[in-house]
Amino acid sequence: MRWSNKNSAQYPVPSFQRKAGCWVLSTGYWVLLATVTLLSAAPAAEEKHISVYSPVAIYTLPVLDRSGREYVGLLELLEPLGRVSSQSEGQRWKLRYNAVDAEFVAGKTRAKIHGRNFDFAAPFLIENSRGLVPLASLNALLPRFLGTSANFHESARRLFVGDGGIQISFQLDASNPSRLALNFSAPVNPTISTEPGKLRMAFKRDPVVSPGSQPISFANKVITQASYSEDNGDAELDIAANEPLMANFSNDRRTIVVSAVPPATPPGIGGTQNPAAAPPAATIASGNSHRVLAVVDPAHGGDERGAALTDQLVEKDVTLGFARLLRHELETRGFAVTLLRDGDTSLTLDQRAAAANVARAGIYISLHAVSQGSGARVYTALLPVEGTNKGAFHAWNAAQAPALPVSRIVSAAIVAEMQKSEFPVHASSASLRPLNDVFMPAVAVELAPGEDGIADLTSANYQQRAASAIADAIVSVRDRLGAQQ
Amino acid sequence: MIPRHLLIGVAALLLLVVSMGIYLRHMRRQAGQFESSAADALPVTPPASGPTETVTLYVADDAAGALRPRAAQIPLPGGRQQRAEELLRALLRIYQQPGALHPLAPAADIRSIYLVDPGAAVIDLNAAFADQHRSGILSEQLTVNSLVETLALNVPGVNRVNILVEGKTRETLAGHADLTESFDVITVEQAGNQ
Repeated sequence: MRWSNKNSAQYPVPSFQRKAGCWVLSTGYWVLLATVTLLSAAPAAEEKHISVYSPVAIYTLPVLDRSGREYVGLLELLEPLGRVSSQSEGQRWKLRYNAVDAEFVAGKTRAKIHGRNFDFAAPFLIENSRGLVPLASLNALLPRFLGTSANFHESARRLFVGDGGIQISFQLDASNPSRLALNFSAPVNPTISTEPGKLRMAFKRDPVVSPGSQPISFANKVITQASYSEDNGDAELDIAANEPLMANFSNDRRTIVVSAVPPATPPGIGGTQNPAAAPPAATIASGNSHRVLAVVDPAHGGDERGAALTDQLVEKDVTLGFARLLRHELETRGFAVTLLRDGDTSLTLDQRAAAANVARAGIYISLHAVSQGSGARVYTALLPVEGTNKGAFHAWNAAQAPALPVSRIVSAAIVAEMQKSEFPVHASSASLRPLNDVFMPAVAVELAPGEDGIADLTSANYQQRAASAIADAIVSVRDRLGAQQ
Repeated sequence: MIPRHLLIGVAALLLLVVSMGIYLRHMRRQAGQFESSAADALPVTPPASGPTETVTLYVADDAAGALRPRAAQIPLPGGRQQRAEELLRALLRIYQQPGALHPLAPAADIRSIYLVDPGAAVIDLNAAFADQHRSGILSEQLTVNSLVETLALNVPGVNRVNILVEGKTRETLAGHADLTESFDVITVEQAGNQ
């Protein structure tokens, strides 16, 4: 089928009518524009939603208020769980979920599901061909379709389909410093934030269930209480304390260890590391007695030119010049340095990763250049969905995972040093190969123009400042890097 | 003295010439109208049908190097797949406006979105989307994050996303962002919060 906006030229419109039509249209446009502007400027109230946790999918749906009751779309609720279709015929609404047929009537509290009557707590509604069911009836309604139990926490709008839910247990170690281990029955991924006297974990996608109806108190001077609450589809766990707290994940994200923040941070590492993500201190021998091998990788090369920075300047040439400068800066600071290419040669991403891994480098630095923005950006790996690990062998696409915490420390150190050199610089994560595939600490630095614009990218002075700052940063974290074997 | 029949003949010829002139002008106008309506009849993107809904789109801002949530009212069809496609097309329209904070090529488009297996979504981009995308880590990653986060927020149950170009796996979007692997929604969200 083709859609067209063909004019209706065969029906001539008198000019006064045309003018009136134009006036109406333009007035309507301005009224619409003003309404949209006013609506977008108004502060939005928090949208109500329901979270659904099932073995096949975890998702949230908007909740609608109708006649003082809360409703949700039944088709949308069942869609992620199986094959579902619906049909609206006037006041009647039919739905088929897998092999279960159901028929509903708008405004009625009685429906027929799989040939048997079902009574809702409030009338069934149809809006824009969507069938809406009251939340209060979900506990009884869903088993009719799914053939399994459903446990709906109505006040918090959290729906658990089938058996499950992640249990929490607490284990306090009162030795100095005090540590509270939270053990979960499955991996969790909460958003962790801190505020004075409290560390808060928000579980937005984890089916965590309450450890008890009352807050749990600890006979400890530092960590005093843990309290669980749930509201609007989310669960929250607050740990109260008399000192600032930090959290560390372990045991494949099944354990979170909460402890007091140490009084001083390790020397030489500045920046914006989240204490919750900080790894335990490395125990690798000091670089003073070993030469750490740094692998510097000028990105692109050969036929693969990278970004066109100007009509004549391509990324592969800038990265090579920059890499040579960085090699010099690192060598003068006592590092052994390998350049993955020292000419206009072509290397695949896998070849680059393999070269760094075989060399058992202490650090891998990939260099890029871009014509937009200003200063520099430092990237660590944004790991994809991990492949299967085989015993001691890590999945190729996530070989970086064990080294990622140290990579982030290196990234923070580079940001700190570049800021000292008055570079506008930010740290971020990127799905950038071969960062994922190398098992040592790895960062990518993307150099953007400075105050003098694109000419900076080929300026030896500009590149020298950047290379020097990167080298200083790597020296500051030398003790965290593996020494050359 | 000019004969009477000659005068009548000349007058008739003059009348014919004037009539032909008027007719010619009329024909030219009609031809112009036909060209204009023919141009207007070129196929345009099919309009989305369904009730209008307020959705949140994650819009990339190159200068800030971050995504910004933006509310938008768009007509959304009932099916999950069509809904997902309309969402991302609405996002593309923002990037294709003059002066966009993260410009994408006018010819860039979403060919299709497939919602497969519980939790997986596959976004199929057209060739122009990738071929004409600006090359650079930040720019490419913002595009990927914007697509993934907008989809995951508005289509319940999506927890990992793959991106294809013209139905095939492509190594990178424009030389940097890796498209060979699945994007884990939670990891992308956490990266965006850094």
